[in-house]
Order: sequence, then structure tokens, then C-alpha cells
Amino acid sequence: MQLSGGSLLALLGREAATALGSSPRPDGGQGQAASAARQYAMVIDSRKCRQRPGCTKCLDACHQAHNVPYIEDPGRKVDWIWEAPAQDVFSGQQSPYIQITLKNEPVPVLCNHCEYPPCVRVCPTGATWKRETDGIVMMDWHRCIGCKYCIVACPYGARSFNFLDPRPYIKHLNAEFPTRREGVVEKCNFCAERLAEGKLPACVEACPENAMIFGDITDFHSEISKLLRARDTIRRKPELGTQPNVFYIV
Amino acid sequence: MFMFEKALAGSRRYWIWIGVLLSVILVGFLAYVREREVGLAITGLSRDVPWGLDISQFAFCVGLGASAVVVVLPYYLHDWKAFGKITLLGEILGMVAVFMAMLFIFVCMGQPMRLLNVILYPHPRSLIFWDLLVLSGYLLLNAVITVTLVSAQREGVAPPGWIKPVILLSLPWAISIHTVTAFLFSGLAGRSYWATPLLAPRFLASAFTSGSALLILVILLLRWLRVFDVDPEAVPKLARIVTYCMLINLFFVLVEVFTAFYGRIPEHMEHFEYLFAGLNGSYNFARYMWLSVFLALASLLVLLVPGWRRNPRLLPLACAFAFVSVWLDKGLAWIVGGFTPSPLGAVTPYTPTWPEWSIVLGIWAVGILMVTVFYKIVFSVEAAANAEFVSSALPACGAAHPGKAA
Repeated sequence: MQLSGGSLLALLGREAATALGSSPRPDGGQGQAASAARQYAMVIDSRKCRQRPGCTKCLDACHQAHNVPYIEDPGRKVDWIWEAPAQDVFSGQQSPYIQITLKNEPVPVLCNHCEYPPCVRVCPTGATWKRETDGIVMMDWHRCIGCKYCIVACPYGARSFNFLDPRPYIKHLNAEFPTRREGVVEKCNFCAERLAEGKLPACVEACPENAMIFGDITDFHSEISKLLRARDTIRRKPELGTQPNVFYIV
Repeated sequence: MFMFEKALAGSRRYWIWIGVLLSVILVGFLAYVREREVGLAITGLSRDVPWGLDISQFAFCVGLGASAVVVVLPYYLHDWKAFGKITLLGEILGMVAVFMAMLFIFVCMGQPMRLLNVILYPHPRSLIFWDLLVLSGYLLLNAVITVTLVSAQREGVAPPGWIKPVILLSLPWAISIHTVTAFLFSGLAGRSYWATPLLAPRFLASAFTSGSALLILVILLLRWLRVFDVDPEAVPKLARIVTYCMLINLFFVLVEVFTAFYGRIPEHMEHFEYLFAGLNGSYNFARYMWLSVFLALASLLVLLVPGWRRNPRLLPLACAFAFVSVWLDKGLAWIVGGFTPSPLGAVTPYTPTWPEWSIVLGIWAVGILMVTVFYKIVFSVEAAANAEFVSSALPACGAAHPGKAA
């Protein structure tokens, strides 16, 4: 197997992380050997995304699929994927000469499923962990004690806390997916439940512009690997060394 | 319970004080019950500011807990006899402060009933695991120390020899509780206001400032109430400790400011800017920050001039200033400053709500109640021991007389 520099580094990084004691839990359903571990990742082509101003299809699909409550108060909001202005999403990577239109353009943001997730490091109970088989940063809502340390540690604001009982705020209940209770943290799970059924994540499937490309970046021949080699992408806050697995074409 | 009966006999003044504290605790408890019903939506916390008053009070109280060192260390390592009578008071204060710190953590949890998950599924990579370990260890150490010392006093014997190593162990342990608490914050790469190696030393300096200032105030209060007095040398020595610690504390803050502003590091500057000048029209902490600076400088002015420092009216004022200054910085603004602006650049104002204030005041009342009861036990035991000494000495004298007469 041929390895590019990037994926070799990623592979070594994962080995090092395992050696340092990150405690990934094997995914019961997959039955994959550790050597066949994948790393799921996403490329978001924000140029395609801008083709449809006001489109919220990915947001709606995700929140519908995962019983994310619809709470208007911005302080109490729960979001798995949402839109933020490009200048805030890529703060620190700005230049005064960047196209004015780009600055306030909304960009979809979600959990980056980092290679070295600070949230996993700080969790006192292992209620959030990086899954060994596919690199998804998972959450156990029954183990979470609601200390919010992971929210504090995440440099991307990707985690939400249930300040109140979310159930009355669910628009259309999806009986296939659990709801949460007051006092626990939640976030994007890269649609682990859909992946187990061989489906793509809900946001990816819902995007009418195919602006989201999802796949395994340890597979040299996957669509996402080819795209990452062909196009220049940036990541959020690269200086923090978290190695996000969500890449953006801007 | 251990010598608890001593706390059940007191003057009218004592019972009124206990009653006041219990009612404050009751209000706090009711607010907490309401918080459990509704969820943390009852607080002023938000997506951008997920920790607030509770956690900053936690950091402040861990500091008070650690600052028992300022009396225990000089007495046991340097034989400062003047601190002999107050080491026990300092240890009790420290123990209660750590207990309060744990309560502050507990009330800010979303699922407090799952607290034991921290022990059932221990994750030593998390600083919370270590913090729980060192805080409960410190609580246990100080409980053993105080109970042993007070028992020895009641029996009128010297404390057992094994207690000395335990006391010595409590010294580095005290440093560890505040260091681990600082690491809780300084280990987060994404929070530039906290991610500074200077944090643990800075926490310790501000802790020793507030802790020794509080101890002076407590001693002066007890003297005023005529329940307890100490060696006349003790308070001036403590005042000198407050002075040094406040100077070191301010020095550390200025070092941080230099690095941020001379280096012009945007993500380091913006938190200071938010706290002291406001960002995006939100400056609700600026007045408290400047008040904190003013109080720190005013206390230093009094403490640095020897004549003023010895003035019995000015010294308590300076100590109160130092205590409030540290409280405003560490117990109020510290956490919020680290969250604002948020990772996405948002400035979300945080204002603690009435239930939050009630819970915080309730926990402080729990702490003050514990200190009152424990001090009461200590003073009663001491008074009884003195009385016993006098009465056991008297018959001996009386016995000598008949002999003489015969």
C-alpha cells in the first residue's frame, strides 16, 4: 500500500495517541482489526455552498435525524451543525484583501473529529472518546456528568449543553434515534448510526450541491483522498495542533 | 459526633449568628432544588460561557484552602512561635475552604447524581480526576490533623509523634491542590487567557494574599469579640506575608500584560481588553476589574508604609481591600474573561442570576457555619483544658498547706 506523507503522519499520530493512552472503545458492530482502522473525514466546498444562499438543508437534515431540539434563545441553543460567518470560522487566517463577500458568507461548521481531540483528553469519565475503528469522536449521554469541561476545552465551539429538557423542543421526533435529557453535552457524531447501515451522513446526503464530501482519508483511493490531493484546503485553527478532520475549500 | 456537644452550648449571640447562617443556607438550598428541577437554564450561563460564578468561586476557595500554608509552614518548619495558636485556626479555615470548593463544583454539574462516574470510570488524563484526588486527600489530611490536635488538647497531653510527618505532608499537598486547579485551566490550548505557564504561580500568589488577609481579619474579629487572642507578634507577621504576596501577585499580572501587549498577540490581548475596556459594547466587567486594581493598590499603599501597617484601624481595611481585590479578579471575572470572546469571536455577556447568587451565598454560609462550629469546639476545649489545669493545680496547693500546718 502506498502512503502519502499526510496519511502516514496521521497513521503514526494515531499509533502515538494509542500509546499515550487515549482509550478508544472498539465498535462492537464493525468487527474491524485495529490495523484496518479508518479515519473518516469531510471536505466542505464552501464555494459550492455559496451557490445557494439561504440554504439550510444540511442543518435541517442533521437536526431532524438526531432529534436536536429547536431552541431559539442563542444562549441555550443546541447545534450539531450550524452556519457561522467565514471571518469567524477562519479567524487568524484572514487578510484585509480577502474578498469582501467572503467575510460574512456563512460557512457550515461542525465537530472536527480531531486527530488529537482536547475534549476527549479532558473528559473525567470517558463519556466522550475517539473511536479506534474509524476515528469518530463519540459520546455516551448516559455516562456524561454534565461538567462541561469538554465544551470549555473544544477550541471550535462544537459542543452544546442541554440547559433545559430538550424533549419539548424537538420538532419531529425520529424514533430511530435517542433523545437526550437536561444536563448533558451533545455534538455531531458524523452519523455513526447511519454509517453502520452503510449510509452517508445525513448532511452529506441532503446537500443539493454536493458541497460535502465524506470518506475515509486513510484509503488512498477514496474520493475524499483524491479531492484532498487535487485541491487546496484549509482547516480551522491549525496552530492548536488538534489536526481537525473537517477540511474546507474556500 | 466528635466533641460536637461543645458546639451546642453557646450564648444568645452565638445562636442568633447560627440562625442567620442557617437561613442563608436554606435560601441557597431552595435555589439549588429549583436548579435541579429546571436545569442550568436557571443560571446566566450560556453556550459561550458554560462556566461562571460557581467555577470561579471554586478556584478562589481552593486558593483559600491552600493558604493554610502561610501559618503552618512558618510554625512547623521555621519554628515561628507566634503562629503557635493560629496554625489550628488556619488549618480549619483551609479544610472548610476546600469543602466549599467541592460544593461549588457539585452545584455546577448538569448531572450531579452521576458524580461517582468519575470514580467508576477513572480517566487519569483528565485533570478533574487529579483535582478530585488531591482535594479529597487534602480534606482528609486536614481533618486528621485538626481532630488529632484538638483531642490531644482536650486530654491535656502532647500531640502524638506521628502527626508531625502528616502535617509536613500537608504542606506540599496544599501547593498541589492549587497547582492542579490551575492546570485545569492552563492546559487548554484553545483558551489563550488561561493557557499560560504563569497561571499556577499566579494562582498561588493570589491565594496566599487572600488567605493571609482573611486570617488577619478573622483574628481581629475574634479579638474584638473577646473570644480568642493571639501572640501580639502574629498579626504583624501575617501582615508582612500579605504585603509580599500581593506584590508578587501584581508582578505576575503585569508580566502577563507585558507579554500580551508588547508582543501584540491578538488572542492574548482581547481577553484583557474585554475585561478592562470592553469589547463590542459589552463592558459589564470593566468597573469590577478597575475596582480590583484600585483595591489592590490601596491595600499595598497601607501595607507598605510601616506606620500605617501597624495602625489597628488601617490594617483591617487594607486586608479587606486585598481580599476583595483578589475575589473580584479570581472569584468573579477570571472565568468569564477566559470565555470572552468565544472561539468564534462572539462576545456573550454573562450576568449571574439571583438563583446563582443565592446558591453561592448559601455555600459561603455553609463554610462560615462550619468555621464557626469548629472554632467554637476548639475554644471550648481550650477553655476547659485551662480550667482543668487551674483546678488540678489548686488542690495540690491546698494539700501543701495542711502539710505545712502540721
